[in-house]
Amino acid sequence: MANTVAHTNPLDKVDHLEKLMPHESIINEEGEHVVLPQHRHHFETEEQQREAGSFGMWLFLLTEIMFFGGMFFAYLLYRNWYYPAFVVSSNQLNVGMGAANTAILITSGFFMALGVWAAEVRKKNLLVLMLILTTVFGCAFLGVKYFEYKEKYELHHIPGSSFSTAMFTNPGAYHLKEEPLAPDMAEKTQIFFFLYFAMTGMHALHMIIGIVLLFWLTWRAHKGAFSSGYVAPIENFGLYWHFVDIVWLFLFPLLYLINRHPVH
Amino acid sequence: MSTQISNTIVLLPDQATAKLPKRNYINNEHGLLSWLLTGDHKRIAMLYLISITFFFFIGGAFAGLIRLELLTPAPDLVSSDTYNKFFTMHGIIMIFLFLVPSVPATLGNFFIPIMIGAKDLAFPKINLLSWYLYLIGGTLTLTALVLGGVDTGWTFTTPLSTHYLNTHVITAASAIFIAGFSSIFTGLNFIVTIHRMRAPGMTWFRMPLFCWSNYAASILMVLGTPVLAIAIVLVALERLVGIGVFDPAKGGDPLLFQHLFWFYSHPAVYIMILPGMGVISEVISTFSRKRVFGYTAVAFSSVAIALFGFFVWAHHMFIMGVSNYSALVFSLLTMLVAVPSAIKIFNWAFTLQKGSITFETPMLYAFGFMGLFTIGGLTGVFLGSLGMDIHLTETYFIVAHFHFVMVGGMLMAFLAGIHFWWPKMTGRMYPESLSKLAAVTTFIGFNLTFLPQFILGYLGMPRRYHAYPQEYQVLNVLSTAGATVLGVGYMLPLLYLGWSLKYGAIAGDNPWQATGLEWQIQSPPLTENFVTIPIVDYEAYDYEWLEKKQREEVTTVG
Repeated sequence: MANTVAHTNPLDKVDHLEKLMPHESIINEEGEHVVLPQHRHHFETEEQQREAGSFGMWLFLLTEIMFFGGMFFAYLLYRNWYYPAFVVSSNQLNVGMGAANTAILITSGFFMALGVWAAEVRKKNLLVLMLILTTVFGCAFLGVKYFEYKEKYELHHIPGSSFSTAMFTNPGAYHLKEEPLAPDMAEKTQIFFFLYFAMTGMHALHMIIGIVLLFWLTWRAHKGAFSSGYVAPIENFGLYWHFVDIVWLFLFPLLYLINRHPVH
Repeated sequence: MSTQISNTIVLLPDQATAKLPKRNYINNEHGLLSWLLTGDHKRIAMLYLISITFFFFIGGAFAGLIRLELLTPAPDLVSSDTYNKFFTMHGIIMIFLFLVPSVPATLGNFFIPIMIGAKDLAFPKINLLSWYLYLIGGTLTLTALVLGGVDTGWTFTTPLSTHYLNTHVITAASAIFIAGFSSIFTGLNFIVTIHRMRAPGMTWFRMPLFCWSNYAASILMVLGTPVLAIAIVLVALERLVGIGVFDPAKGGDPLLFQHLFWFYSHPAVYIMILPGMGVISEVISTFSRKRVFGYTAVAFSSVAIALFGFFVWAHHMFIMGVSNYSALVFSLLTMLVAVPSAIKIFNWAFTLQKGSITFETPMLYAFGFMGLFTIGGLTGVFLGSLGMDIHLTETYFIVAHFHFVMVGGMLMAFLAGIHFWWPKMTGRMYPESLSKLAAVTTFIGFNLTFLPQFILGYLGMPRRYHAYPQEYQVLNVLSTAGATVLGVGYMLPLLYLGWSLKYGAIAGDNPWQATGLEWQIQSPPLTENFVTIPIVDYEAYDYEWLEKKQREEVTTVG
């Protein structure tokens, strides 16, 4: 009996299988069995496919935590060692821009969450709109970041050969109300700025990847790919986007706020 | 009927009349593109097998060159710089391009879905992506090699790698970064597959132990590899931008690099060995016709090794100025890892006890594994002890120790697995007597190569030097002679396995009369593995049941 099955088209077998195990099957008006186009043949059920996808995404985010974790570890270590340098350099970051960016990113995450909801209730136009708004706010974040980096460039705070510690050894000359640092401690501000650029840069890289994915998802959503109950890509991208938000929510206090003191 | 699985555990078709099935995953589609763009986990496993074999022989060639230089005390074959490049390339290729992907990406890829009754891994496209990432990583490594090599050692020790060397560190670092993502994706795929794709009735404790150990290794891949990635990114940035996160002159700390690097690279040792232990569980159980003794203990010991493996990394840094207290804690934790490893060895030994042992090739390799891994593991305890470590570290003792674990352990397990599942993967048997000869040759060659190195290290010969005092020559000559025998032992399988692809005897579905799900389907399997998804209502390795069934059948006929 099985021999006859073995020589039939594998596509038939999907059907055959689902008839054997109808945990989760879609029955159309005529009472026939329908296999949705996005259902991959090696999953028994749609539900299994969706669960596997989101589980995979969570695991991937776990690797991302470990990836950023290395830098957070380096930050905590050096902050502990070179506390005065980290305080002064942290005070040089632009809190206004950082706070604005936090608000922008949270707004972007809010629209993403609405987008997931729109996909679930199968509102195509709303989904497209939400994805576009998510993208717009994501880009706004990168725009603000560009001006922040530019400011650092003008102040010679980009690590490397052009880095200058003048601001930290002689704050008075720059109208800063900071205690001057000894030259060797002032050198350590470079480590702060390196970690600042490495961490926010890695975060920005994740944003850029996310925005590229958003273009692709928006295009697919526009074509109606997510309006029939198939929302896994939107959901999983939502997880990624919120993860990137959360990384920023840790970076912002650690880099901008933690050493801040009222300027006298 | 060959692919039908009912409630009976195993089918034992007549092997003499076996024929190659008309349709299987190999001839299902034709053309190069059907392989290069495949989503089939079995085809990707074969692609991996070909590529890791290629890199194994390149890495092996470097090992040969190293041994050739060490034949004489004088630095006569190559200059010290070239020698540094030899052992660096040997290490990078063998670790990142062979050992890490060896069992998981080939045998794991091929058999995990089949063993748990699934049609494929959860993410076939990501699986293919991981092979391409591996290839890119491999190509970059070869690029670094062709451009002139790297001489940092595979550990990329800072500040040597960031300030003092002007070789192709960044190329090699990006190679490892990319190959690392290949391994992350493999691990991620396995974890999701094992969690979500098991067939009805396939509970966690009915899974073959091969799945358990690959699962444990996958946890390490997913959690450890990203830390290596970021450490390597920081090294590359330090070289490019010249900023001192790891540079003491600028306030950085080279020890931080060691922490980040070994946080991955110690667990990586378990990434390499755990899947091998899974192979040994399968082989030992099959060829002693017994259920693995203490199944649950063996399953949990894999997870325990993965867990403890994350908390021992600083034992690589005992002589690098970590505090005495952390050295003490890490020394204790290191000895703790010996416990789950010993659980495995003892349980395999008890599996053998009163088993109906037969000595097929995979079993010979498995015996080799048990002996050599035990030696490798116990010498690891020497190195975990603080006082001994100061004497032994950075000598040939440590080289011998990890080669016993990696080559004596993992490579033996890999070859055991390749021989064990070769009939399933290709549908053909390998030549039995020739392969037994290869197994014995490997074992002899291995011991001849690495046992003298324990003595050399104990006597004080440092590693990574291309010249040494006269009195070490006898042992080094023995070691080089052993390496030659070992080389022959590795060439043989390449030749006869290649030969068997065309001329090997037809294997049939279940040549070992084993109980695993993978043996109940045709060899080579169909693209979709199972015609109907099996329903599992029995434990793994139920050989007692099988024996009883066979006995009763004979009585009935009589």
